[in-house]
Amino acid sequence: MSIFVDENTKVVYQGLTGSQGRYYGLLNRDYGTQVVAGTSPKKAGTDVDGIPIFATVADAVAATGATASCIFIPAPGVKGAVMEAAEAGIEFIVVITEGVPAHDEAWFYNKLKRDFPKVQLLGPNCPGIISPGKANIGITAGHIAKPAVAGEKNVGIVSRSGTLTYQALYELQQQGIGVTTCVGIGGDPVPGTTFIDCLAAFEADPETSAIMMIGEIGGSAEEEAAEFITANVSKPVASYIAGVTAPAGKKMGHAGAIVSGNAGTAQGKMDALRAAGVKVGLNPTEAGQLMVEIIAGL
Amino acid sequence: MDLFEYQGKQFFATYGIPVSAGDATSDVDEAVAIADRVGYPVVIKAQVHVGGRGKAGGVKLANDAAEAREHASNILGLDIKGHIVKVIWVEHASDIAEEYYASFTLDRGAKKYLGMLSAQGGVEIEAVAESDPDAIAKIWIDPVDGLDEATARAWVEAAKLNPAATEGAVDILLKLYRAYTEGDADLTEINPLILKPTGEVHALDAKVTLDGNATFRHPDYEAYDATQNRDEREQAAHDKGLQYVGLDGSVGVIANGAGLAMSTLDVVKQAGGEAANFLDIGGGANADVMAGALEVINNDPRVKSIFINIFGGITRGEEVANGIITALGRVQIDAPIVIRLDGTNAEEGRAILEPHLGDALQMQPTMLDAARKAVELAAGR
Repeated sequence: MSIFVDENTKVVYQGLTGSQGRYYGLLNRDYGTQVVAGTSPKKAGTDVDGIPIFATVADAVAATGATASCIFIPAPGVKGAVMEAAEAGIEFIVVITEGVPAHDEAWFYNKLKRDFPKVQLLGPNCPGIISPGKANIGITAGHIAKPAVAGEKNVGIVSRSGTLTYQALYELQQQGIGVTTCVGIGGDPVPGTTFIDCLAAFEADPETSAIMMIGEIGGSAEEEAAEFITANVSKPVASYIAGVTAPAGKKMGHAGAIVSGNAGTAQGKMDALRAAGVKVGLNPTEAGQLMVEIIAGL
Repeated sequence: MDLFEYQGKQFFATYGIPVSAGDATSDVDEAVAIADRVGYPVVIKAQVHVGGRGKAGGVKLANDAAEAREHASNILGLDIKGHIVKVIWVEHASDIAEEYYASFTLDRGAKKYLGMLSAQGGVEIEAVAESDPDAIAKIWIDPVDGLDEATARAWVEAAKLNPAATEGAVDILLKLYRAYTEGDADLTEINPLILKPTGEVHALDAKVTLDGNATFRHPDYEAYDATQNRDEREQAAHDKGLQYVGLDGSVGVIANGAGLAMSTLDVVKQAGGEAANFLDIGGGANADVMAGALEVINNDPRVKSIFINIFGGITRGEEVANGIITALGRVQIDAPIVIRLDGTNAEEGRAILEPHLGDALQMQPTMLDAARKAVELAAGR
């Protein structure tokens, strides 16, 4: 099985007519994702390579039965796009867009929790989600992920970093290990989906045998995940945390990747994860090796 | 974006938060003129993005024009923990009855705004948090609800400020909250927030960090961007739109993706070296961006070797390799380069790089191998 999305998930792309939306939307469709609609207020009634464009998400949902959305709208429009999707009944919203203001993120995260508690938001500033062989929503290169194989030991991946996610997918593919779902939760200060959401879903997924978790400096999401693992996760977890050498007070590319005083250091996160029984590698390759050992021992 | 105190006070003033009469300058004569205008005694304060300026001699009281002149000329040009003072703020000195602390920031764990208020101001809040955590009254605010007056009033009571300060504090907290949210700030902090003997409450300092992602809503923030504290390398990278952070080591780093770039610094350290920088060129790794990145790194005198760490995702290995070769053709590079190329079509990419390899351009199969090689080359030069 996979978590959050599979081959039956119907997805509407908000911003499909833009250059990024079109490029990745069509790649996602080629992968096998059910890309059923796009939205653009000005281009309703047209199509993008056969994918119908609607004026609103509500129109797209009414016509196609889409339950997920993928947002490629520029940052100023993201807040409105997220709320439009939620109000139209979309239950899984993926925001790829980078550079969304933190106050917008904090607002729509809390607004969704309150008024649309069933909605699962992923991102902003994330690579998206891929259930290999079934659905790919976002900007991940589908061919570097090996689909899960029934009856074998498969891995679930959750990560704050895009390229390190690809690295993890690729290393597992090289080792012949399948992946049930790989979730890129993104590097922003208020991610819609957290490590804990994914850990809980992987724990409940019978086809996922082990979990790979890739974190980075900043915030306390990894420490909170470590607590959750201690209390709720029985499956083995391997991890890598980027940014051991990052200086305090500097944003390392991602808006959320910043060490503030003594808070949010890689060392603190690694210590917390190790205390929770997680195997922590010192670089991505080592974490991959640890996962190979975990799978071999199951 | 971190604002200087004078920018923070101007920012506060636009939201109606009371600050002392004053002005900023880089000129001694003008400093004296400001002092004459706002009235003695005045305080002259160094404008730097670093704490502890008072102890370093960067904050002085002047009772007349002669003292103002003396202090202004001493503070301008002062080196405070490596930060040279280029601007001073001159303001009318305030009579202080009590000093408080107030701030708003984001609690990433709770995903709510965190307001902190304390009757113990004028000292570092981290120190108060450690020695007397109960002295800080905290409230968590749901961004959808915002902060109302009744909540602010209860909060002020919980912080046990002098009752004489209640009305002034409630008013300032509501305005500070507006500045935090409507101003798209990551942090708004007043330390100290003072109660004057006359009963007025007033912001004596201003610490503001603005969210660079929100500049589309605030075109005037571009002025703040121009005064950010960047070294020469960081400024050059910023001008090229690159995600760059200057560090102190000798291995120049270029990687695609923020996580991979951070990871590259870590691996260089594991190999026994130190990175000269963090540089994320994004997922695409095209020739233009690569050339710009190489230029910035090449102009850094610290750099003794360069480690290019690329993982091809959607962008295929051959595109990445062609980008690197094109970029190398445009920029004359002095330091030896070590490349690690992996991911989509890595074989094809490596084949393209093969004929160009030599002492100046080397290739290694893994991240760790490449880091070791780059560290070894840097140590040998």
